[in-house]
Formats: sequence, structure tokens, C-alpha cells
Amino acid sequence: MAKGSPRSERDSKGSARPTINVTDGTLIPLKDEGGLLSAWNISFFGAIALLVALPLFSPDPYLRILSFVPDGLFATFSVTIISICFALIIGLFAGLGRISQRAWVNRIATVYVEIIRGIPLLVQLFYIYYALGPLLRLQGPPAAILAMSICYGAYMAEIFRAGIQAIPKGQMEAALALGMSRSSAMRRIIIPQTIRVILPPIGNEFIALLKDSSLVSILAVSDLLRRGREYASTSFRYFESYTVIALIYLVMTLFFSRLVAIMEERLRHRGNVH
Amino acid sequence: MATFIEIKKAVKSFGSLQALNGVDLSVQKGEVVLIIGPSGSGKSTLLRSINRLERLDSGSISIDGESVTDEGSDIRHIRQEVGMVFQSFNLFPHLKVIDNITLSPTTVLKMSKEEALGNARKLLAKVGLSEKEHSWPDELSGGQQQRVAIARALAMNPKVMLFDEPTSALDPEMIKEVLDVMIDLAKEGMTMLIVSHEMGFAKAAADRIIFMDAGQIVEEAPPETFFSSPREERTRRFLEHIL
Repeated sequence: MAKGSPRSERDSKGSARPTINVTDGTLIPLKDEGGLLSAWNISFFGAIALLVALPLFSPDPYLRILSFVPDGLFATFSVTIISICFALIIGLFAGLGRISQRAWVNRIATVYVEIIRGIPLLVQLFYIYYALGPLLRLQGPPAAILAMSICYGAYMAEIFRAGIQAIPKGQMEAALALGMSRSSAMRRIIIPQTIRVILPPIGNEFIALLKDSSLVSILAVSDLLRRGREYASTSFRYFESYTVIALIYLVMTLFFSRLVAIMEERLRHRGNVH
Repeated sequence: MATFIEIKKAVKSFGSLQALNGVDLSVQKGEVVLIIGPSGSGKSTLLRSINRLERLDSGSISIDGESVTDEGSDIRHIRQEVGMVFQSFNLFPHLKVIDNITLSPTTVLKMSKEEALGNARKLLAKVGLSEKEHSWPDELSGGQQQRVAIARALAMNPKVMLFDEPTSALDPEMIKEVLDVMIDLAKEGMTMLIVSHEMGFAKAAADRIIFMDAGQIVEEAPPETFFSSPREERTRRFLEHIL
């Protein structure tokens, strides 16, 4: 019985496995891109070094700022994490809607994506908080989460759509030929494979959302940026305050972009997503 | 013998391409039919219409008296009884070999996990891959993947098996291992429709050869007469190319 060489077979297949490349956030360092990796090292450790050195050599105002602003981290992270969860749910359904064969479902999902992606996030935040304020009567944080979820849901929808469409047609056909229903095949065959493909771009969206969460400081949400603003406006140390804020954002986004890179690397190997 | 698959006046086009142009075909229970023809002749479309992976524009297909083409028929039930093997194997890459085989019996047929496992192990032994139970599909050679795909289809205990160019994507040295499994299956009395140009298989196991061209059946005959004395000029020309 002829046995092929599994090693080379796996390698040749590995490169053919569908991946999608969506980069609208920080550059995700790849293993084989030494230049990018060192750029990551310089930025990440440089920012950390500054965050340590500045308060050390100049405690006033840097140490004060550093002890004042972290309160805002909680708001930044809760808005980011809650929004990304809702965005994933909205994105999954809108993404399925985008590829639905039912015309009206498809139309609704596509119109949603078109409208939301055509309006700047800041305008959407204003719209939900101020324009719809009398109607919705939402406080700052829930309004911020609602707006961010709806906005990022549209971007997630496109990731889900692209991810599902990246799975070869033969997978659905094989499932149908085995007697599975279309929805069962989606759930058991297509979506599990899609997750492997879309986790890296979802990681990117998370990072983008983390950065965009700074916009919610406008809606009376005490996030990282707003805490910085509060410190700056009372102390008039604008340069120092915003330097610290920028460095904290930089450290966070670089940290998460590295996590996404590691996750992406792991996903290349079998057995991690099951 | 009773007619098991009945295809009447099947017509199907993709845009301007007329894939099937009035095909009539009936297949007896236990018969092994090999469909050959140039690419674009409609042979794959015909095969894929039998479990409604393609919908006919007009005409009808029935299996064991059940209509496939009638929109009201329970297509999922029909598909459970029609095993299909694809050119590109289409194993589920996120599931181990054994789970590829047990998935459908447990979820579609609601078979118990133990029964499905026992069944799957028997089928893996039958295709000579018992030791690959816990491998991932992409750790297998093409020939091994295709044998797993056959086992997966057989796990549903189908009444008929469709093979859509099962060896076309394989390296030459792996073709035989797949054909051997198919020949065994034919000898056990499985009803089979195969789109393939494997003449070795045709001579070893086929009851009937069908030559298609331009969406129509041009000629059909048992293998002996088909190869030795084809009636039609088109068949003769095609055979010169592939033999």
C-alpha cells in the first residue's frame, strides 16, 4: 500500500489553508519578519522604559500622573471588552445574513454594514448619546458600549463573512451529502473552521476597538484619556499628561498585538482549536 | 432486477453552458456504472444531480421510488442513503479521522456514540487504515484521505455510492489503493455510479460504461464491447485519447 510522506503533504497543504489578511490596526508581528519584530521590540520596551524612567527621574509630575490616570484603565477595558463581546454576536449574525440565500435577510444585513461603515464612529457616538439621548435615556457608559458594539459589529460581520467564504465549497457539499442540514453543517463544519481563520483579524479588531475606546471620553466616561484630560486641565501639564497617556496606550496595543501574533502562530499548528 | 435509479430527460445549464441536455438513464440495484467523457460533457453534473447538489432545470430523478427532483421530497433523507465521494476528498480538517466518520451517524442518524465508533473502526479496517484512527486528515496522504472519505460515506450505510473523479487528484502510486477499495465495494454488491477515466477499474468491476459528450449520453455498453467495438465515431475518438 502506497504511503505518501505526511510531512511534505502537510507542508504543501499548510500553505494552501485559507487565511485572510485584514490589517487596519497595529502591525501584527510575524515570526518571519525580523524587521517588524525588532520594530515591535523598540517600541514596546522603549515605551516601558520611558514609563519607568520618567517618574523615576522626574516624580513631579510624572509619578502623580501615573498614579492618577490608571483609574481610567478600568473604564477603558470594560468598554472595550463588553463592546467586543456584543460586536462578536452582532457580527456573527450580520455576517451570516450577508451570505444568506434569503434575499431580505441578506438585504438587511448588507444595509446595516453599509450604513454603519459609512459613518465615522465619533458621529455614531454623538448620535446615540446626544441625538437619540432623549429617546434612549442612556448614561455615558451604556451609550458608549451600544455605539461601539453596533459600529464594530459591522466590521466583525465582514470578517465573519470573509472567514466563512474562505472555507472551500466542498466542505458544505460533503456535509450536505452526508445528510446534514445546512444549519447543522454551518455549526459543526463551517464555523469551527472559520474560527481558525478569523481569530487573528478579530484580535486586530480588539486592538482597534481598544484604541477607539478613547473616543468615549467625550461621553462623560472616565476612561484613560479622560483621566489624562482631567489631570492636564487642573495641573496645566498638558505635554506630560498626554505623553503618559500615549505611552500607556502604546504599551497596551503593542502587548495585545504580540498576543495576537502568538495566537496566530499557534493556530498554524493542529490541536489548539477543538 | 428492479430499476433503482431512474433519470428522465435531465436538463441543466449554467448560464450559457448546457451541462445536461436531456439525459435518460436507469441503473439497476447492485449495478456498477462508469461514466466517462471529455471535460465539460456534463458527467459530474449528472452525478451531482442525483443527490441534488445540483438542481435540474427540468426532468426528474428518483432513487428507489423516491423523487429527488420533487421540491417537496425529503432531500436530507435521500442524501442519507446516497454516499458521495469527491475528487478533493473534502474531509473535515478540524476533526480527527475517526470523528470524520462518526459525525454524521451520531448527529444525523442519532446513532449511539459506541455503535458509531464500532462501525467506524470496522470501516477503517475495511479501507486498511485502522492505525490512522486518531490522525488528522492533513497528516494523511491523498490516497489515505480518499479511503477515509469512502469510509465516511459508507458509515451512513448508503444504498448507492457516487464517486466524482475519486482518483483524479491523486498521485499515480496512490490510485491503486483507492481503486482496490472501490473494487471490493463493487464485488459486495454496492450500487455505484462513478465518474472516472480509470480503465483498470472499468475492466475489473464495471457492469456498464456510459460515454457522455455535450450533455448527452452518446453510447453505453458493457466494458468488453465498449472498448473493443465502440459504435459511435465520437466514442472512438475519445477512447483513442485516453487509452
